Amino acid sequence: MSKNVAFPFPGLVKGMWVTLKALFKKAPVTMYPDVQEIPVPRARGVISLDVDACTVCMLCARECPDWCIYIEGHKEEQPPSKPGGKPRVRATLDRFDIDYGLCMYCGICVEVCPFDALFWSPEYEYSETDVINLLHNKERLTEWLATVPEPPALER
Amino acid sequence: MEFVDNFWFQLVLKLAGILGVVLTGALVVIYAELKIGSHMQTRIGPYYAGGRWGWAQPLADGLKFLQKEDLSPTGSDRTVYGFAPYVVMMATIAVFVVVPFGPDMVGANLDLGAFYLLAISSLSVLGVLMAGWSSANKYSLIGGLRAAAQLIAYELPLVLAVVAVVIQAGTMSLNGIVDAQQQTWFTIGSFNISAPFIIQGQILGFAIFMIAAVAELSRIPFDMPIAESELTMGYLTEYSGIRFTMFFLGEYASMISLSAIAATLYLGGYAVPGVHGNIVNLLGPGVLLTKVAILVFVIIWIRWTWPRLREDQLQTLAWTWLIPLALLNIAIVSIFKVVF
Amino acid sequence: MTTPEMIHRSETAVSIELQTPDMTLNIGPQHPSTHGVLRLVANIDGERVTDVEPVIGYMHRGYEKLSEVRTYAQITALVNRIDWVSGFANEVPFIAGVEKLMGVEVPERAQWIRLILSELARISSHLVFMSSYPLELGATTPLMHSLREREYILELIEEVTGGRFHPNFNRVGGVKPAYGGGSTTKKQSMDLPEGFFQRTADAMDRMDVICDDIDQLVTGNELIKMRTVGVGVIPGSKALEYGLTGPNLRASGVAYDLRKADPYLTYDQVDFDVAWRPEGDCYDRYVVRLEEIRQSARIVRQAIDKIPSGPLQAKVPRVLKAPKGQVYSRAENPKGEFGYFIVSEGGKIPYRLKIRSTSFSNLSILPWILKGQLVPDLVAIMGSLDFVLGDVDR
Ligand code: SF4
Ligand code: SF4
Repeated sequence: MSKNVAFPFPGLVKGMWVTLKALFKKAPVTMYPDVQEIPVPRARGVISLDVDACTVCMLCARECPDWCIYIEGHKEEQPPSKPGGKPRVRATLDRFDIDYGLCMYCGICVEVCPFDALFWSPEYEYSETDVINLLHNKERLTEWLATVPEPPALER
Repeated sequence: MEFVDNFWFQLVLKLAGILGVVLTGALVVIYAELKIGSHMQTRIGPYYAGGRWGWAQPLADGLKFLQKEDLSPTGSDRTVYGFAPYVVMMATIAVFVVVPFGPDMVGANLDLGAFYLLAISSLSVLGVLMAGWSSANKYSLIGGLRAAAQLIAYELPLVLAVVAVVIQAGTMSLNGIVDAQQQTWFTIGSFNISAPFIIQGQILGFAIFMIAAVAELSRIPFDMPIAESELTMGYLTEYSGIRFTMFFLGEYASMISLSAIAATLYLGGYAVPGVHGNIVNLLGPGVLLTKVAILVFVIIWIRWTWPRLREDQLQTLAWTWLIPLALLNIAIVSIFKVVF
Repeated sequence: MTTPEMIHRSETAVSIELQTPDMTLNIGPQHPSTHGVLRLVANIDGERVTDVEPVIGYMHRGYEKLSEVRTYAQITALVNRIDWVSGFANEVPFIAGVEKLMGVEVPERAQWIRLILSELARISSHLVFMSSYPLELGATTPLMHSLREREYILELIEEVTGGRFHPNFNRVGGVKPAYGGGSTTKKQSMDLPEGFFQRTADAMDRMDVICDDIDQLVTGNELIKMRTVGVGVIPGSKALEYGLTGPNLRASGVAYDLRKADPYLTYDQVDFDVAWRPEGDCYDRYVVRLEEIRQSARIVRQAIDKIPSGPLQAKVPRVLKAPKGQVYSRAENPKGEFGYFIVSEGGKIPYRLKIRSTSFSNLSILPWILKGQLVPDLVAIMGSLDFVLGDVDR
């Protein structure tokens, strides 16, 4: 036995005291799925899309580091806003898919969108048994919009 | 009531009793380990299985293991590989034959009970060695050899510690040893004081016995044969399915058996002070199991607190500390026996 | 009947000595104590390791090459995945390098936020060590106790940045200023949320408690001492030769800490001690890390007192273009010196990015230190070097 180990072994006894104390403490466990963990408002859970705000500018798709946003759109003529004016051209989304199998939750897409069309929602329960279902389409992304929280109050 | 004395009837009864005690006992200890361990880690542990507090978790685990494929690696020695778990299990169960749960509640009251115990309990390492050797896996091999080295080192202090008890009791029969702890130790006025051997100066022997027992069980801090961070799982690496279950049950059953032996040898066994006659047969098992439970709790507690030793440190501990101390213990006990 | 030939054969059989050749043991890539996918090809003689060759690269993700086709903003998201137990700390030197290239001045508040989050990352990384190292020595309980406390730290990081492991919170010129780039989301500031200081102070108090718990459970434990004291001794000179940095170097008696030696962020304004120990064995490496948790808690406490208000980000152009040039920028990460060598040819993407990752350098001492050790010590030493495979292979 090495020199720094002395007979009454106080360290061993102290350690046993720590575990004995822990035995009678309440375990700080959230019993998911019976009890839901409440995520912080800023948590990057899932991206929600506001279809009406999106102008199909493709910025998000271009800036995404792993290119997991798929956008298709077309231009639509709309009647002029005031009679006699020129007909307006409005870009309409045909497809807006995010592949959560690829997404690395960096948040760049949300950050670069210049038209407030993308938001982070802290929802986290969208696991799937088939990887193909992780490709969320425009409708699915829109559903998340209701879960987007208010930003938290700030310090000082 | 003639058939009660029938040999075969008694045999079946005893076998059922022992198997019942071993298997349910092992399941209870597994559950206790899961629960105590997780609460010591401020977790909850089993929770859902069986409804309340996950009491059915060991059963569920066992069922799961039974469904698993029984793999044996290419290059393994199938016969030996397949036989090893049963050797371990058999050795463990055979120990219970002589453990007395009451004056008559005993599988076989052998005159050489203590001797039989030591002989049988060291048999399980044969199974471990077989498992390690036949698995055709280097980790298993190292684990098996470590287990063999460990057994040789720790069987000695274990035997020497028991020898001291045998000297003090003057008998090798386990019932006799329990009775000896019921004898009058000394008298104050008209009170006859009797005490278990741990109080009658065997505290050193008890400590040596427990250390050696934990080493035999290869549990932390002496779990080098398994040492999952070094040898993945030691001799268990390749086992799966029912054979793994056998090892697993065997480990916990031998935890009970060694605790029961320790309780019998040092803590007074089934005896209840001041109670004699047939009623002890009724109370005895409860008393013994309480003592076993306390010892098992301590073993579990240690396992969830301490790290493991190194192989060479374990050998040093055995050869330079435990064996000399055990010899010293024998000397002291003999002197007292002769002088008083 | 015995023929002469048979006699001859039996004689040779007797004369052959019992051979005990070395055994080659493949430890890893899937092994409980290699922290992922490190493979060690070890030659062992009984329990003694005669020779060992680490094989790395099972987790090579090609970050350096990937970075050559990514913009600076995208690289920030990549680099916090290099050493994933201290994600935020990886971003700091990279962003500092880009800022140096572009000549951007970072506002005070952003610097302090970076400092606080870096220290939180350091605590969380060391708590992972506090959990995994005793586990390697066989003690299972410190694992849960430390991971439980780390959860509080991760919650703090998530509260500010939105990510527990991969904050991606640094931006060139400061920290992430707002939720998005649109007309409303641009106004929603990403400043520290309300109550953050209070919760951080509470968490730091918890850190002191858990450090005391670990002290009782592990530091004073005689079995731990028997396993680690005097095991795997790295003398200071050897540590320097092999390029060890961080706690591994400081445990060898070299009190070298970039936070003091080459202060970045606002480390020159806070008061802390460099934890160091003289022996260089596994136990010292462990103790240094435990002490660093306490020191980091001290730094964070000072920081939340000193942090000024102000803008989160300096004025930077919308499209980031670094001018032509090259820069090496480094920081003291939980595991040691972490550096980026950025070469820019002008434009939105770097021409070349070389990552000096800490664990890779720390791991290079393995063949030297493991030679002649016992197998159990191999595990103890490897664990005490505290490497993360993502950091080794990049
Ligand atoms: S979070 Fe990052 S990876 Fe995911 S879709 Fe947005 S930009 Fe792409
Ligand atoms: S950046 Fe915003 S507006 Fe542009 S395509 Fe993406 S979601 Fe639509």
